[in-house]
Formats: sequence, structure tokens, C-alpha cells
Amino acid sequence: MSDLSRLTSREATFITRRYQDYPGDSFTLERARATGAYESLKKAIATMTPDALVELVKASGLRGRGGAGFPTGNKWSFVPRDAFPRYLVVNDDEGEPGTFKDRELTERDPHAILEGILIAALAIRAERAYIYIRGEFGLGYRRMQQAVDDARAAGLVGRNIAGTDFSCDVFIHRGAGAYICGEETSLLDSLEGYRGQPRLRPPFPAVKGLYAAPTVVNNVETLANLPHIVAHGSDWFRTFGTQQSPGTKLFSISGHVANPGNYEVALGTTLGELIEVAGGIPGGRSLKAVIPGGASAPWVTDTSLPMSFEALAAAGTMLGSGAVVVMDDTTCVVRMAMINTRFFNHESCGKCTPCREGTWWMRKVLERLESGEGRPEDRGLLLELCEDLLPEKGAPASGRSFCPLGDSAAWSLRSIVKIFPEEFLAHVEEGRCPVRAGEEAREQEVRA
Amino acid sequence: MPLLRLAQERDGWVTAEAMAEIGDILGLSSAEVLAVASFYSMYHLKPKGRHVISVCHNLACNLMGAERVIEHLEDTLGVDSEGETTADGAFTLERAECLAACDAAPCLQVDYDALHAKMTPESVEALVEELRT
Repeated sequence: MSDLSRLTSREATFITRRYQDYPGDSFTLERARATGAYESLKKAIATMTPDALVELVKASGLRGRGGAGFPTGNKWSFVPRDAFPRYLVVNDDEGEPGTFKDRELTERDPHAILEGILIAALAIRAERAYIYIRGEFGLGYRRMQQAVDDARAAGLVGRNIAGTDFSCDVFIHRGAGAYICGEETSLLDSLEGYRGQPRLRPPFPAVKGLYAAPTVVNNVETLANLPHIVAHGSDWFRTFGTQQSPGTKLFSISGHVANPGNYEVALGTTLGELIEVAGGIPGGRSLKAVIPGGASAPWVTDTSLPMSFEALAAAGTMLGSGAVVVMDDTTCVVRMAMINTRFFNHESCGKCTPCREGTWWMRKVLERLESGEGRPEDRGLLLELCEDLLPEKGAPASGRSFCPLGDSAAWSLRSIVKIFPEEFLAHVEEGRCPVRAGEEAREQEVRA
Repeated sequence: MPLLRLAQERDGWVTAEAMAEIGDILGLSSAEVLAVASFYSMYHLKPKGRHVISVCHNLACNLMGAERVIEHLEDTLGVDSEGETTADGAFTLERAECLAACDAAPCLQVDYDALHAKMTPESVEALVEELRT
């Protein structure tokens, strides 16, 4: 147990510290400044060139916390040197099923995000930043808007920040309900006022992004790391996490655990430790499967896996957004597969045929299996449908659509079918869900 | 998009007249405005109830009993959960995809704002009563 408390101790965490220490008012400018907010920004403006900032973040090894895990410093360095205007766009459109860390950060520590935004804007020499916040986030929007307004009144946002030559204005754009807008090029289309549908790449946003100007899109958790890296340096940052995944990560743990919630732990913590940190599986039940990185991630059953970008990639899945959904032995995996696929089908924007049609057929077959009307060949049919969406062997990993939504649906479903073939078969042979049938039998026993 | 949100706040839903008005302001045809309005799930293109109850039916909420909550709401309100509105115009019931509150599963949202955590058939019935008054 002492080992577990060490994982989440004060010394082992920094992103969540302000709101762990001051849960009542961590979101106010007053509390934020009293606990060091905007000191890193002032230090960066006074002592660092934009290039030095980019080099610092490259040296820290910080990787994007939105899902793709791309090195943040490298992303910044793709912006052409002499093209202006350029924009920083902040992805606060959290929608990956199982993920709820960006909402918590936005509601509880908006000034950490805002300070990160200003540091990033300084590094890429952007004078405008747009925060794209999910339409369903009411409290988060109000807290973020208040933070921007208060910071502006205090001379920390807008022209000549803190009395220096650095200027950057920050605007908030509210989404209106569309998972696809978390994908960065769809987000840009939505920000411009269109239907949020992905763009063909290249050109990448760093070259032609918002209004065809160079644009960097960063996730809010990524940005919240920046004040700490500027304050303490890249070597300090690398004392957390692994060689290829430095730092800590906010993991959203949900499903069958005693204490679901967000937990900040060092990257590389094992999946088993993480489940224990969240109180373990209740009711004396055992583990069936885990979604390690949001609905897009292939499932795993091995709890010894270290939660780092490289270890999960090597295991054929991904760290993604850090959403861990735990399923115990009472879970019907066919039902979960149906729900997962129904989600991707519902959120497919309809632009690319393989994703629009593929997810629809996958969903139809899964609904039939789940209701006990499946056919023996359905398992193979599902795998075939998955392969039709995924890139051919040896082809570049970009799949057959403009964005990875369809790939995600296929990638996760393929893993479920491959790990639990006998459950798909049982649904066909018994003509109903065996898990639910077992539950009903138990309930009848209790009544009798 | 901010104008569509404003129109919905003013009229309760996004009317054809509002879309024409937005088109006039922005120099767009109403078809171009409709293209955007119809893409996003939070814009209602037909009248909705005074309160919209959106119940998450995604992975974590389902594991924690979302379907029981949805069924109970359907029975209590006498509507389906595919966006139907009660006859008295009080409630619209819809299913939502992940609301980013999986630690509060099963959860729901009222009027795309207030989140309600760890719902049960009992607590959801109490919520409906509270909203009615």
C-alpha cells in the first residue's frame, strides 16, 4: 500500500497539485497567482528566445497528451520561420469515451492552461490563440472565460503582456456536439464556422491551418505541463516517467473500479498499479479486459503492461488520451463491442465512404449478434469489415479515410473479436447473450 | 456557430426564420446555414422541451447501469430516448455519447450544462420532479 501512495504523493505529481492543495478556489486568478501562476511566463519572456523555448520543450521530451503522443517541441518547429500571422489553437474538445481529464483541468485550473497557452504562443510567435472548448462543457466554459477575462484585466493577456513587448490575445470558441471536432483538422474547419470534417494532409496545419495560416494545435493537458518545464527545466521533467515518455499523465479511470476518477501518476506506471490506485475491482470480482487509452484503443488483458507510449504501442495498442476503462468478469464483451462501434458509427462525419459505410455495417452485425440473431459466419465477417477499413499491410499507417476515426473503430473491434472469439460464438450458438442469461438465472435463484 | 447558439437560446430551437436571419447577417444562403446547423447534435431543428435531458449511453455509463436509467426515464416521461418530447412540452429525452464524466457513471446532463452523477432509477425520478416545478 505504501508503494501505491508513493505513486500519487505530492512529490510525484505537479499538474494536479494546485487543485489538490486548494480544491475550493484553485480556479481563481488570486489563488493561481499565490501559488506561482504566470511566474514561468514572465521568466520565459524575460530570459528566453522563442527558439530557446522550442529547444527546451524538445529536450524535455514532452509528448502530446491528446491522443497521438507526438513530441510537442517538434510540432512547434514545423511552423515556417517567416509566415505571419500564425495561430495557436487549443484542443479542449474532449470526447474520447472514457476520458474526463481535460474537463477537470479546465474547471479546476484554467490559469495553468492559460499560462501554458501564452508560453506556447511565445515559442511559436503567435499573437492570437483560440481555445476550442467542447459545447457540452458549461462550467468549464464559464471558468475558462472568467480566467481569460481576469488575466486580461491583470495585463496578462492582450497587448504588452506584463509590460513587455510580447502580445497575445486569447479567444474561446464553443463547439456544439461532434466528437470528430477533436480531430485537429476537423476542429479547424469547425473553428472557421463550417461542418467539422477532416482535411486532406498534406498540407499539415503547421504550414496551412486556421484560415490557411501556420497553426499549432495543442491539447490542454500538454499546455498545462509547460509552466512546470519552464520553471524547473527539462532534466527535472525527465526525472518523471520513462526515457521515451517523460513526465506524468492524468489517467481517467472508470468502469469496474472502487474509486473511479482522474489520477496523476508517472508515465510507465503499470496498468495493474493504476487499477489499484483507483481502489481495485470491487466485489471480489476478477478482471476481464481493459481499454487502456480510450475507445479508439485496442483492448488488453495483461495488467503488467507499463502505461507509456512505447510499451503500449509495442503491445499493439496505444496510450491514447489516458482513458482506462476497467471491465470485470460480469461484462458482456459483445455488448461492449456493439456500444463502442455504435459510438464510432454515430460520430462518423460521413465524408469518407469506408468509415461511413464500414462502421454502419459493423454496427448492424454487432446488433444482430447481441440480440441473439447472429450467424456463425459473423465473427469472420466482422474481421473482414475491420480489414477493409484498416491500411493494407506495408502501406503508410494512414488508413483509407481522411482521419483516423474509421481506423479506430476497426482497430478496437478487431482486438475484441480476436481476444474473445468464444464469446461471439456463444452468442450465436445459444441464440442469446450468455452473460445476461446467467444473470437472469442467478436473479431467479435468489427469488426462489 | 455562436449565432446558432444565440438563436437557440432566444427561440428555444433553431427555426427556419433564424437561419435566414443568420444568413442575412453573414452573407450566406440559408442552405449554407442549415448545412452547419444540421451537423452538430446540440442544435435542435425542431421544437424541443423546456428541459433537454441527455443520458450518456457510452462504455463506462453502460457498465454502471445506464440502460436501466434510460428505461426508467422512458417509462416515467412516456417518450422514447431518441429525442422525443413529452406531450406537455416539458422534457426532451435523448441519448448522449460520452459526456466526459465517466467517474460519475451513469451520468446525464440537463440542458447541455448541469451534470448529474451516479444516477439510479430513484434519483432520476427525483430529478424529473425537481425540474417539473
